[in-house]
Amino acid sequence: MTSTFLPDKRTGTDVDLPPPSEDHARGRARRRARNWLTAVGFQVPALVLFIVLVLLPILFALYAAFFRWGGFGMPSDYVGVDNFTRLLDDPVFLGDLWRCLVLVLLSLALQLPFALAMAVLLNQKTRGRAVYRMLFFAPYVLSEAITGVLFSMIFAPDDGLADRVLGGVGLDGLGGEWFADPSMVMATLFLVMTWKYFGFHMMLYLAGLQSIPAELNEAALIDGAGPWQRFRNVTLPLLAPTLRISVFLSVIGAIQLFDLVWVVTQGGPDHHSETMAVTMFQYGFKRYQVGYASAISVVMFGISLVFALAYQRFVLRRDLEGATTTMRGDGK
Amino acid sequence: MGDPALSRRGFLAASAAAGLSVTALSGCGGDSGGGSSDGTTTVEWWNISTTEPAKGVWAALARKFEAQNPKVKIKIVQLENDSFKSKMTALTASGKLPDIFHTWGGGVLKQQVDAGLVEDLTDRTKPWADGLLPVAKDPYLLDEKVYGIPFDMGMIGFWYNKALFKRAGVSEPPTTWTGFLDAVGKLKSAGITPLALAGKEKWPGMYYWAYLAMRTAGADALQKAYDDKDFTGAEFVQAGEHLKELVDLQPFQKGFLGAAYSSPTGQAAAVGNGKAAMELMGQWAPVVEADAGKGLGDNLGFFPFPAVEGGKGSLTEVFGGGGGHALRQGAPQAAVDFLKFFASEATDLELVKKTGVLPVVPGAESAIADPNIKAVQAQLKAATGFQLYLDQAYAPAVGQEVNDSVAALIAGSKSPEQVTESITKTAKEEQ
Repeated sequence: MTSTFLPDKRTGTDVDLPPPSEDHARGRARRRARNWLTAVGFQVPALVLFIVLVLLPILFALYAAFFRWGGFGMPSDYVGVDNFTRLLDDPVFLGDLWRCLVLVLLSLALQLPFALAMAVLLNQKTRGRAVYRMLFFAPYVLSEAITGVLFSMIFAPDDGLADRVLGGVGLDGLGGEWFADPSMVMATLFLVMTWKYFGFHMMLYLAGLQSIPAELNEAALIDGAGPWQRFRNVTLPLLAPTLRISVFLSVIGAIQLFDLVWVVTQGGPDHHSETMAVTMFQYGFKRYQVGYASAISVVMFGISLVFALAYQRFVLRRDLEGATTTMRGDGK
Repeated sequence: MGDPALSRRGFLAASAAAGLSVTALSGCGGDSGGGSSDGTTTVEWWNISTTEPAKGVWAALARKFEAQNPKVKIKIVQLENDSFKSKMTALTASGKLPDIFHTWGGGVLKQQVDAGLVEDLTDRTKPWADGLLPVAKDPYLLDEKVYGIPFDMGMIGFWYNKALFKRAGVSEPPTTWTGFLDAVGKLKSAGITPLALAGKEKWPGMYYWAYLAMRTAGADALQKAYDDKDFTGAEFVQAGEHLKELVDLQPFQKGFLGAAYSSPTGQAAAVGNGKAAMELMGQWAPVVEADAGKGLGDNLGFFPFPAVEGGKGSLTEVFGGGGGHALRQGAPQAAVDFLKFFASEATDLELVKKTGVLPVVPGAESAIADPNIKAVQAQLKAATGFQLYLDQAYAPAVGQEVNDSVAALIAGSKSPEQVTESITKTAKEEQ
């Protein structure tokens, strides 16, 4: 990290100068040392915070995952990989993995396309589009806890807004128990997640759309391309970098989903909306089985890390080229 | 809430519930903590009285104590039941508890004691604590030592709507399980939801299984099973089967699996608004029903959990617990003084009169005005056996597993046998 701040990267500019005298060299060395000290001085507070609050807890969780530990004192009851084998045997945790996959797939198949459609629509010159953009983005600004409380009221069986409205227009048959129905809870949760997050992705896409030069579309229009062809062959390819980032954020978000679920259902009914983070919380903070909870967090971390690295390596590769950090090692 | 100081505290409590950190909280408290230069001691008091009238009465009591002890400031932090439990878990792990904190006693308190975080009050409270009702003190006695002082003692039982019972043609509250199932059937056929249950929170469902287990296996069986780490006895399976009989009648309100307890669409509100005929709940039920819903007034009645035919337990054995306060290790003398103040006859009289708790001081018994609370008190005093709430009596992992497994039984995903097996497995893991 430090190396990017060091002045020696710039020494290339010095080649035209006459060979430096010893005095010069000493002066430059001193300057370099001073710069280096300044850089270190500025970074120490941030580094210390990062190490104490991020790095150490990660390492400690990794360590604690190999112990049966109730959270008091230091872990001492070493159990090897028992916590991890127990995970593979735990129907709730396996369910968590499955629900995580479902959420990821639903997000990619429904939420993001919907956000894209809205973005394309609001990129047209329509009356009041600024208002629409703001309205659709507003839910993203709300906190998860408030969203949760809000929707548990809306989807309260019988008395909630949803059932009342459906009843009011004669569609009582569509009403139901929403969050209280094991077979409906995930669908309802996904509905709320879409409401909450599609505006964010829409904003990303809008920004991306606005950076597409209008000439390209005009040229395609002159060449006789229809709206679908223009979308498919001009807009979509040029929006691809934005899409890739948005997919990344969406997947990571689904893996770590916690607050919304905790407020609305606490993972219920009967674990049907539980996520890895909720299970971890249950074991860590309700049952005091901190070792096991650490194992869950380690698996979550592992999944996120593997996904993030693989995604960067294979999908984001093109977008990252030319940026400060090149992903290529071969210097091509 | 006319007093501006009071509403500020209300706001603080609300923000604490919203997840603000304790440090941020003490930051906005204004008067900085600990022993300040003028010799004032600030005592932090964490409780779960978030509903009126208790909330206001407790705050006023704190002011009264401050007036009597000018060098002491009481800082109240009020948290809703579930967030309080989560927060305490985190605090216990961090090794520092509030000066005065709510406790139910039992296994959770024991865990905190074992971690060396709780003050041993045996000697410091002896002069005045001896006079408190023995049954009320019981949950806080660990290895013959006093770790908490009660302010409430009570039991779980059925709270029912007399008008709805009448409409369904149930003349007398049932005393046997068969009679109870019968009453549920009658209520259902009269188009009334027989029972309200907060399925999301799990602990209210646990009461059914625990009581049934006490009725089938006897009052001491649950503690013995925990000590032996074996819940697989036939009587515990029977308890689950009886609960299944009830669940099969579909007696609960619509959407009960997602319902909370004290929210406006929750269990207490359903009974308080007359939408369901009964709930199995503790002595605080009337207060919460009136707070979350309209409340039933004179229409509200109480009856003990029915006996199960052929079971070893009897109608007079009670399941429940109270509320108490414990002190952190090394809490200032002012905190002990406050406990004494809070357990004094004058305070207890006020608490009994205004907040519906049951007396812990014998002299305060005369203050009970509500006939239902009188019934609870009579039942409690005549109790032939007692079991503390399972999620407090047992170590957290086991208590949570009971809650979780029983919730699964009610949701239909676990059989009575599987419930006993899961609990046994968790109990064995807890060395």
